[in-house]
Amino acid sequence: MSTETQTIEALASQEYKAGFVTDIESETLPRGLSEDIVRTISAKKGEPEWLLEWRLKAYRHWLTLEEPHWLNAHYPELDYQDIIYYSAPKPKAKLASMDEVDPKLVETFNKLGIPLEEQKLLANVAVDVVFDSVSVTTTFKVKLAELGIVFCSFSEAVREHPDLIKKYLGTVVPYTDNYFAALNSAVFSDGSFVFIPKGVKCPMELSTYFRINTQDSGQFERTLIVCEDDAKVSYLEGCTAPKFDTNQLHAAVVELVALERADIKYSTVQNWYPGDKDGKGGIYNFVTKRGACRGESSKISWTQVETGSAITWKYPGVILQGDNSIGEFYSVAVTNNAQLADTGTKMIHIGKNTRSTIVSKGISAGHGQNSYRGLVKVLKGADNARNFSQCDSLLIGDRCGAHTFPYIEVRNPSAKVEHEASTSKVGEDQIFYCNQRGITTEDAVSMIVNGFCKEVFRELPMEFAVEAQKLLSISLEGSVG
Amino acid sequence: MARIQTNQTQGAVTRYEEAFAQFERDHSAPAWLQAKRREAIATFSRLGFPTVRDEEWKYTDITPAANLVATPIFQFELNGAAAKVRTQLPFQALEGHRLAFVNGHFAPDLSHVGTLPEGVEVRPLSEALAAGSERVQQAFGRSVNGEETFVALNTAFAQDGAFIFVPADVELAEAVHLLFLTTGDSATVSHPRNLILLGQNAKLTVVESYSASTDGVYLTNAVTEIESGAGAHLEHIKAQLESPKAFHISTTQVGAARDSQLRSSSLNLGGRIVRNNPIAVMQGENAEVTLDGLVLTDNEQLIDNHTTMDHAEPHCASHELYAHVLNDKSVGVFNGKIFVRLDAQKTDAKQSNRTILLSGDATINAKPQLEILADDVRCTHGATIGQLDENAQFYLQARGIPAREARSILIRAFAGEVLASITLDAVRDEMEERISNKLQ
Repeated sequence: MSTETQTIEALASQEYKAGFVTDIESETLPRGLSEDIVRTISAKKGEPEWLLEWRLKAYRHWLTLEEPHWLNAHYPELDYQDIIYYSAPKPKAKLASMDEVDPKLVETFNKLGIPLEEQKLLANVAVDVVFDSVSVTTTFKVKLAELGIVFCSFSEAVREHPDLIKKYLGTVVPYTDNYFAALNSAVFSDGSFVFIPKGVKCPMELSTYFRINTQDSGQFERTLIVCEDDAKVSYLEGCTAPKFDTNQLHAAVVELVALERADIKYSTVQNWYPGDKDGKGGIYNFVTKRGACRGESSKISWTQVETGSAITWKYPGVILQGDNSIGEFYSVAVTNNAQLADTGTKMIHIGKNTRSTIVSKGISAGHGQNSYRGLVKVLKGADNARNFSQCDSLLIGDRCGAHTFPYIEVRNPSAKVEHEASTSKVGEDQIFYCNQRGITTEDAVSMIVNGFCKEVFRELPMEFAVEAQKLLSISLEGSVG
Repeated sequence: MARIQTNQTQGAVTRYEEAFAQFERDHSAPAWLQAKRREAIATFSRLGFPTVRDEEWKYTDITPAANLVATPIFQFELNGAAAKVRTQLPFQALEGHRLAFVNGHFAPDLSHVGTLPEGVEVRPLSEALAAGSERVQQAFGRSVNGEETFVALNTAFAQDGAFIFVPADVELAEAVHLLFLTTGDSATVSHPRNLILLGQNAKLTVVESYSASTDGVYLTNAVTEIESGAGAHLEHIKAQLESPKAFHISTTQVGAARDSQLRSSSLNLGGRIVRNNPIAVMQGENAEVTLDGLVLTDNEQLIDNHTTMDHAEPHCASHELYAHVLNDKSVGVFNGKIFVRLDAQKTDAKQSNRTILLSGDATINAKPQLEILADDVRCTHGATIGQLDENAQFYLQARGIPAREARSILIRAFAGEVLASITLDAVRDEMEERISNKLQ
């Protein structure tokens, strides 16, 4: 036990591996939020009048709201006047190819382990890189354009495809949805837009990498994915942030729209800076993600691996509107040291024969607190709705906690809803068994935890599954005890 | 968090405050009790009635019960009416001791307490208070959460209920039936308060029943406090058979000491809006607690059970089974909390919540909730919502049993899982009969 404890301590002091600041000149607006800031952001992005109006409506609505504090954690009241709402690398001439990207920037991404060059060539992944608030470059754009697929930064989409944006923006997550969604709607700076036209199956995984660089800047990106009839896409999102002592707010909004028989798969690996071992610093990851299965037999699947952030607070949900539509949620949330995660999903069954599956794996170590909070709602018209939920918690150490808050609301007698939850620890006998066979305690725990998460990891695209496993072992390093 | 006090129930709060002033003026109490009552009414005034904006009351709008304009009954005697209501009492076949309370006040005509082993006390709380019982003074309000609106309201107005004390190593062989009856057509409110204390290795079976002799509108706001010594055994049954228009709110607080085995079953058939808060705290190692519940509703009933299993000490086991059968436009609410405190290692907690919806208009809102702060524990909860098994129904019909009856058989079998653990035949049989009647 004591040697294990020592290993823990040695490993707990391990540095956050993505915690470096890239020294790039950036153009930053003054701190604070006001109508002027909203107008400036909009003007800087050269947005049309209707979008500015929408932002202002959101801002005015936001003013009437109170910061929510119901999550199973405490965080200090945020000072919204002390946040930088817009920060962009100094504008340069438009880049024609990857080679023109600032070498320092490329180096940053290389340090993060997503070499753009390599990804472009080997991984066959199209990456839309968001650096602070502005999308830097989009690879493989031409190739996708041939199929009619639009994959670009949000601001570009506003310029190039205003009709699509106007048609779908805020239809899944209206700005009135919640406090942070309203804030995002007012000040969002960039994000990704994906549009897959009728009948097109996107031939490659689309991917965005977000990174917060400037100290005290909030990241307010907005992602909108629209799949028309019979279209299909798999989208990956990854996040990291450098190490700062102060807390940074990340309030993103993601909207997915699936029309008739469309299929959207959205995978996230979130590795924002979690703060140091005493809980100082770190990202507040307060995100609103929701998908709408509007069409018949459509499908939306969320897969998330949450290893970072000081506090994670998000519930990717699916509105199952179309008959026979399917919603899925696979999640692994890891909290170590002083991290808090309050995450889960919402499955709203509206259409007939709708099905949803929820698999949530929470791992708590150190002083980490992990909460699953989910809602399964079966409305009156949702005949033969079916839900299966499973949320398992794994506790490593005796100072962490696991909480489950599943809400089940059923208004239809033909619905079948099942919910199962269990809590367990990494067994001493399991570790002993591995030790006996020459496997170190550290490796044994990693093996056991990976086995525990396997159901979720196998839902991830290949490249991400590897990264997720690596992240998991980094996050948990030294937590055995 | 500050409560958003709506104007909707502000009037009701004022009414209770005024009633309290009258109550305090007309009914003297020992100084310690008076102090507790004052503190409680102050707490109640501060808290006010909960709204659906409170997480704990999200699915249950208690406003109609709060706003019930009721005549407080600070004194009541049955007089000649005893013979009339005698035939309407539940569990008449149950042998043993009975303390009856009508409209919240002790009714000697309907009660009988047989010979008790030495040291055992089974008597009305009012009598124990009048006799200046030290035990009551010490234990009254000790274990309940005084910061809950309805507990505070009960503490402020509580006059009567049962006081049971079983000393160490004594077993009370016969069951004690605590019978609460509401009579009369005008709206009334009563605040029954029971205090049950078990010594080391003491053994007791107690049945609480709540029913009415009319179909009137009234509010019952009951609190039962149960404390156990090490190794104590308790079987507790609460049968809620209120009038279909009644409001019923109850808190049952159970403290489980080392090696004790406590079982409490809550059977709910009656009431218009019902809220039960069974709370068990495992305060000593190796305690075992079972909280079971049955809910059978029709018409526009709303029955809400918020259970809490609090594992405060290591090596304890808890079991929970709640079965809901909901018909017509009725609503069932179930919130089952399991807390495993820091260092409550080797906890074994199981919770299961099953629901059958019989009608397209019925609703179930379930929220099983685990909060675990220790790592070496086994906690599971399961919730299922579904229908009667079509195959089983077909099987029965294929053997010539009419559809309606087949359905009734299956529902009774479903409910039977909760009833099966009840050891008192008289109670189980009568409950089965009542369930059959309700299903027809």
